[in-house]
Amino acid sequence: MPTELDLAPLWLSLQLASVTTVLLLLFATPLAWWLANTRARGRAVIEAMVALPLVLPPTVLGFYLLLVLGPHGALGAPWLQLTDTTLTFTFTGLVIASLLYSLPFVVQPLQNAFEALDRKPLEAAWCLRASPLDSFFSVVLPQAMRGYLTAAVLGFTHTLGEFGVVLMVGGNIPGETRVISIAIYDHVETLDYASAHWLAGILLVFTFIVLLVVYALDRHARVRVI
Amino acid sequence: MTRLIAQCDLKHSGFRLHARLDIPAQGITAVFGRSGSGKTTLLRCLAGLERSATGLISVNNKVWQESSTGIFIPVHQRAVGMVFQQPCLFSHMTVRANLNYGLTRTPLAERRMPWDQVIEILGIGALLERYPQHLSLGEQQRVSIGRAVLSNPCLLLMDEPLASLDAPRKDEILPFIKRLNREMNIPVVYVSHSVQEIVQLADTLVLVHEGQATVAGPIHEIFSRLGLHEYLGEATGAIIDAHVIAHEAEFDLTCLEFHGRRLYVPRQSLNVGDAVRVHILSRNVSLSLAPPQAPTSVLNIIEARVVEIGAAVPGKPAVEVKLDAGCPILATITRKSLHALALSPGQCVYASIKAASLQ
Repeated sequence: MPTELDLAPLWLSLQLASVTTVLLLLFATPLAWWLANTRARGRAVIEAMVALPLVLPPTVLGFYLLLVLGPHGALGAPWLQLTDTTLTFTFTGLVIASLLYSLPFVVQPLQNAFEALDRKPLEAAWCLRASPLDSFFSVVLPQAMRGYLTAAVLGFTHTLGEFGVVLMVGGNIPGETRVISIAIYDHVETLDYASAHWLAGILLVFTFIVLLVVYALDRHARVRVI
Repeated sequence: MTRLIAQCDLKHSGFRLHARLDIPAQGITAVFGRSGSGKTTLLRCLAGLERSATGLISVNNKVWQESSTGIFIPVHQRAVGMVFQQPCLFSHMTVRANLNYGLTRTPLAERRMPWDQVIEILGIGALLERYPQHLSLGEQQRVSIGRAVLSNPCLLLMDEPLASLDAPRKDEILPFIKRLNREMNIPVVYVSHSVQEIVQLADTLVLVHEGQATVAGPIHEIFSRLGLHEYLGEATGAIIDAHVIAHEAEFDLTCLEFHGRRLYVPRQSLNVGDAVRVHILSRNVSLSLAPPQAPTSVLNIIEARVVEIGAAVPGKPAVEVKLDAGCPILATITRKSLHALALSPGQCVYASIKAASLQ
């Protein structure tokens, strides 16, 4: 390992992925529940919007986010007034961008899990004096645990590998927005292949191990996660 | 007197439920009808699981739903216990946790069901630490009944709880339901398409036919009404309360008595003095104007009086005749026989009942 290898981008990426995953699990739960249960006409529109980041080039998403989060943007301007800081080129801005970017990877597994649930135990819970919220936590959540595992793993690893959106919205500020994929790109740009190798290798091995653990758990439980 | 009032309508794609019921909210009420007649939907309306139903539902003077005033008490606030066709246990919880689910959500003041006694009645004491996946279907269904009862409901709804079980299991669970009702004093509404279950269990009967739930009353009264062939089909026939007076072991017969009349049935595993409910299918009752002079193979010949003669339906050869033999008995005879015997109300007849036809 090169003595001067800077691991800060790795930690930053892990931090970004963790924060994003936790927030996404919170936000995506009601959204996925609604999508799984609604018969509203707007459902298809919302589903298409959630799925957009799957197919859109990250630079396109990043470009619009740059506009919205910028000091004159719809989100960036009020944020600047409130906190006296900008959203672009900050960690907070990256979190917001990642939330959008990784949204489908969390919403879709949850939605699938909710749709696959047998509705009868839920109705049984209501008939046993459990309020809808209570029955969600005591019956739905435990039965959708596999879906949550998939959502968390996909959301986390996908955020970890984020590049285009970060480049557009966050730039390359060490300790703030210089995540691992940017650092690797940077090392290659400056022909520092040794450092690029190390960081790329660490990311590869880490991601592989995460997936391996999930699949191993999966086989053990005899249920497919991904 | 506590009443259960359900005057509600529900339209689903192509299906319409129309209920106009006012029945006692006590004892066991059976909801009877063919598959697809709307029995389950009626039950779901009572529970509050059908949000799009309109009308009035009230139990013990508590209004659960009143569309005109916009009242709709959500399911979890109705204190209603529901046992589904399938056990629907929570697979991530042990049997004990399943049983405690509704109990722990019951306010302390409303907890009146004695845990030990419920477990004992249902015979599930040995299963408490196991997970539902490791139980047989019959055991799961008993746990699900216990779970509903321990949530201390003011009304227990059961949607063909025995449908998924084989006959021996049914015979095992039926007495439990009876005991639960009698000993725990919970009114039960029991959906079934099995006449046998209903005859064994019910005090009150609700008939459902093609979405219409409008005919209801005490089970003896309903079963002795004329003109319900459409609802009851082959099961048309009066129910009689009798008691065992003797066994004739050498012939494998049991002798019953009702209103001073005797009735032979196949040997029953009951004690002398036990009360028993007998369903006499009308098609197994034939009539004659005089007692047979020569010896006959028919054991049960009962003197009765004609009360009412059912309307003849063109295209159908049979009519129903209601008799009074201390209690009502129905007979189905051909229109030709009716004509030949020239029956009229008040007339005295002799009803022959095949012993083997008794349930």
